[in-house]
Amino acid sequence: MKELEENESEMSSRRNFLKKVGIGVGAVSIAGVAGTSVIAGTKSKSGEKIKLLSPDGTLVEVDKDDIKPAKEIVEELKTEARKGLPNRKFVMVIDLARCKNARKCVEACQEGHLLPKDHEWMKLFLLQDDLSTARYWFPRPCFHCDKPMCVSVCPVGATYKRPDGVVLIDNQRCIGCKFCMTGCPYSARVFNWKDPEVKVPAGHVYNPEDNIPAVEGTVGKCIFCADNLRKNILPRCVTACPMGVIYFGDLLEDTITNSTETVRFSKIMLDRAGYRYREELGTLPSVYYLPPTQRMFPVESGLEGTDESIKGRYKNAGPR
Amino acid sequence: MQADNKLIKDLTPEIEKTSLKWYITFFTFLGFFALGIYGLIQQIDKGHIVTGMRDNVVWGFYIVNFIFFMGLSYSGALISGVLHLFNTGWRKPVIRMAELITIISLIIGPFFIFFCIGRLDRLYFLFIHPRIQSPITWDVIAIMTDLVGCFIYLYLSFIEDFAILRDYKGLKVPAWKKKLYKILSLGFNGTEKELKILANARTIMSVMIIAIAIIVYSVLAWIFGVTLQPGWHSTIFGPYFVIAAVFSGTGLLIILMWIFRKVYHLEEYITKRHFVNVGVLLTVIAAFYGYFTFSDYLTKWYGSIKMDSILIDKLFSDYYSLFIFANYIGIILPCIIIAFPRFRTIPNITVAAVIALLALWVNRYIIVIPTLETPFLPIQDTRPDWINYSPTWVEWSLTLAGVSIFVMLFMLVSKIAPIISISEMQEQDKDEILK
Repeated sequence: MKELEENESEMSSRRNFLKKVGIGVGAVSIAGVAGTSVIAGTKSKSGEKIKLLSPDGTLVEVDKDDIKPAKEIVEELKTEARKGLPNRKFVMVIDLARCKNARKCVEACQEGHLLPKDHEWMKLFLLQDDLSTARYWFPRPCFHCDKPMCVSVCPVGATYKRPDGVVLIDNQRCIGCKFCMTGCPYSARVFNWKDPEVKVPAGHVYNPEDNIPAVEGTVGKCIFCADNLRKNILPRCVTACPMGVIYFGDLLEDTITNSTETVRFSKIMLDRAGYRYREELGTLPSVYYLPPTQRMFPVESGLEGTDESIKGRYKNAGPR
Repeated sequence: MQADNKLIKDLTPEIEKTSLKWYITFFTFLGFFALGIYGLIQQIDKGHIVTGMRDNVVWGFYIVNFIFFMGLSYSGALISGVLHLFNTGWRKPVIRMAELITIISLIIGPFFIFFCIGRLDRLYFLFIHPRIQSPITWDVIAIMTDLVGCFIYLYLSFIEDFAILRDYKGLKVPAWKKKLYKILSLGFNGTEKELKILANARTIMSVMIIAIAIIVYSVLAWIFGVTLQPGWHSTIFGPYFVIAAVFSGTGLLIILMWIFRKVYHLEEYITKRHFVNVGVLLTVIAAFYGYFTFSDYLTKWYGSIKMDSILIDKLFSDYYSLFIFANYIGIILPCIIIAFPRFRTIPNITVAAVIALLALWVNRYIIVIPTLETPFLPIQDTRPDWINYSPTWVEWSLTLAGVSIFVMLFMLVSKIAPIISISEMQEQDKDEILK
């Protein structure tokens, strides 16, 4: 009993400390500690150890039985996930001149978010505006619009826009009406038509910022890797791209980076005549494109080395 | 309250006894319904993967059926409401049917939304986490209001009949039915004061349900209209859907008139005059509906907006025959049949109504599906079911179940209540004598 009390007081002081330091530093750690404190000493342990990442970035080993996701912790995480990160306005810039359909962004995304193979939050299109104009590869994440149609039409507030610009989905709130999917003009959303059979890592606590696990009958989409953003890490597609196509950064700091080179957002927009896809729709996307001028690769090279099912996708790609 | 014995006997053919035909028909439809339930169980068990819907075409048969059934509910709301309001004499034998169509299709319609949503278990979130910005929330409010309003309106028209059945000594029905009539008639005795209150209430409700019905169907249209999708983003959608709904409701009314007339030998009550009058109503509505359809597609076709052109191209290639059937044959043919007096026979008018009703369903289909198949970013996929929508047996079975439950509910109502209002018919007799 004494041990339990000690643990509890330790937990509350720890929690206060966390609150002082700032927004729920390291979601996992709260869950882990809270679970530990309640259970410790009352049950025999399995002895099976699990590695967890602590808020300061070091690996810690915790007994499997000590980890118990508590409901209120999920609620806490959900509240934080709705608030977003203070004084941030995230922006993505995609340099079409460098993209050659390497698909590393798609793979990293699927791996990082434990997506089923047929779920692509990041999708690659082969576009051509007109017969007389050039074809180009077009990576399409969620545009995280400032006037998001999906958010307007959601009847239950499952999808929402944060002050830091990120649009998220709480898949424990989503009723699966798919109105957001018809609302989104960019086809950015995917539906879990069947049980996605996600192998959730042991001890993982659901958080709208990582959307793990995907839930059958709900909608998913690119979340700008909101889980990474909270840890001050770049989205997975940005670091995965071998060509440095995708820049990510903060509009308020006017700085974007593709993890090797860091540039001024306003300058690159001016120099390279950046634009947004279908500006006329007025949804004000947070994702900008740099036109495919002076390309590093011929567009055909994007089809080399990809398997047949991928090649087949672009068979009928033509002017549109 | 008293009424003519013959009138009661003729208009309540199923209340006293149940014919073998009734059982056969009922259980046949129950079989279809059971198939739908099996389909639904499959869908809940295996997920929506068993339907033809995929990431591009996220709404399929279910939404089409939803707007279709909601449209049918217009029959009662507008036809009976308007006819009542203007005190049209010939309405009396058909008004009850129209009201029943309204309430029954209004109950069935929302179920198709339930089939369409991925998490049926979270349906109550619509009430505990509502967001008023969403047209779905508007829809929830509007449909619930409509249900209450239409139910009250229907019930008001039933009170007198229940009182007549309660007081009719020659009625050979089980005690529970007698008791039911006693409860449902609310102690109505047909005094002058009571009749006046009832008449006032019905007039007020008829005005209200006309207004509510227009709101409900406009809101339904705005679910499509507020999106940015090519083909849906149209200012005309509100009124267009309203007129389409009245069109389908009127068509169904003619079909039901024909069925009831045949099955229950009501030739004496439902005459050619009724078919012609409702038929003319259908023609007038068809003219408006055709005009709206033309206007909507003309503006999309004439301009040079790329997405509109792609959609129109699709409609005139992949959907060519459906488009021609829905928007030409389904509108023009009924008009021709009814407009020329020499074609105006009861079977002809009924055929016209069947064509109109089927064409309208197809019209809903080619509003919903082709738009979803032409998103702004082209569909680049190798999976055929991701590119083009085609309904699976699950969707067909649930559609069939929707039609079956419609028929079954009608049959069940005919076991309890007169299918043609006795009190109204009696009044009509009085009117005729006064003339």
